[in-house]
Amino acid sequence: MSGESIIFWALAPLTVLASIGMLLVKKAVHSAILLAFVMISLAVFYLIQDAPFLGVVQVVVYTGAVMMLFLFILMLVGVDSSDSLTESIKGLRWVAIFAALVFATMLTSLIARSRTGEPVKGMQAANAEGNVEGIAFLLFRDFVFAFEVVSALLITAAVGAMVLAHTEKSPQARISQRVRSAARFRGESIGTAAGLPGSGVFARHNAVDVPALLPDGKPSDLSVPSVLTRRGDVQETRRYSLEGLPKLDSEGDIK
Amino acid sequence: MNPTNYLYLAAILFSIGAVGVIVRRNAIVVFMCIELMLNAANLAFVTFANINGNLEGQVIAFFTMVVAACEVVVGLAIIVTIYRSRRSASVDDASLLSR
Repeated sequence: MSGESIIFWALAPLTVLASIGMLLVKKAVHSAILLAFVMISLAVFYLIQDAPFLGVVQVVVYTGAVMMLFLFILMLVGVDSSDSLTESIKGLRWVAIFAALVFATMLTSLIARSRTGEPVKGMQAANAEGNVEGIAFLLFRDFVFAFEVVSALLITAAVGAMVLAHTEKSPQARISQRVRSAARFRGESIGTAAGLPGSGVFARHNAVDVPALLPDGKPSDLSVPSVLTRRGDVQETRRYSLEGLPKLDSEGDIK
Repeated sequence: MNPTNYLYLAAILFSIGAVGVIVRRNAIVVFMCIELMLNAANLAFVTFANINGNLEGQVIAFFTMVVAACEVVVGLAIIVTIYRSRRSASVDDASLLSR
């Protein structure tokens, strides 16, 4: 068994598993991580097939730039934007899987029929002057027109993304610090002018996910970040109350 | 090892990506599945270059990568724009024309 086949048979099943997992996991971030794994293993396949330039470009462009872009957009749209995974069209999932199975079987049988016994030429002759030099020679001589067109495409894409993602600043963002400061001491917000109450009950637990207790014993919603409330990560303050501990009488002795 | 195995792998990855495009509802995941299909095609290109002993396949795979990068930039910008106006990244929600 050659080194190439060892790498292939070790990585190929993992690659297929990761790409299947991409479809099954619920959160988009997990899909992105699995896709990054698939892309890195494809880079390894390029490298062992004597395509070092493409292997490096795969890591730099796909796992570096494209996946980072995906993760940025996921952060922008909200990491929690998980799929509902419910079918909108009835039976679509099984039809899709069946069609893909048929397609894959057809494709593999075609590949099996089309290449039987032909010798594999390998990249030794083509890479004789170096892989990067060979690609550069082809790119700037035979494919120079396509190269120029692609450069125009890149510029168009950059401008298009800027136009699509650009938004005018909302008038709310122009409120000056002076106006804000004045508003803080007028009207309803006078109650919180000195800052919102801190979280936690100091006796047992003062992390941010435990609401502080008001003098009347009720938890204060203002003391926990609204993000935690929306995510449902806020804990019950009662869990950390001092019930069951010995109480002090009026002279300071333990009852 | 026979490079045909890479072609089988590329076919399987392409099919999995196609299932993902149809089944998943989150626009970003659909996009990632399209990337998977493009990558599978790239693997086939590189393998054909290896089989035929020339560099043309690798150059085409390089062009595919550039075009895929452009496509991701514009596509994600569209998703962000839709998300801004509709507060949702699901492909089912972007059906205003049908109503």
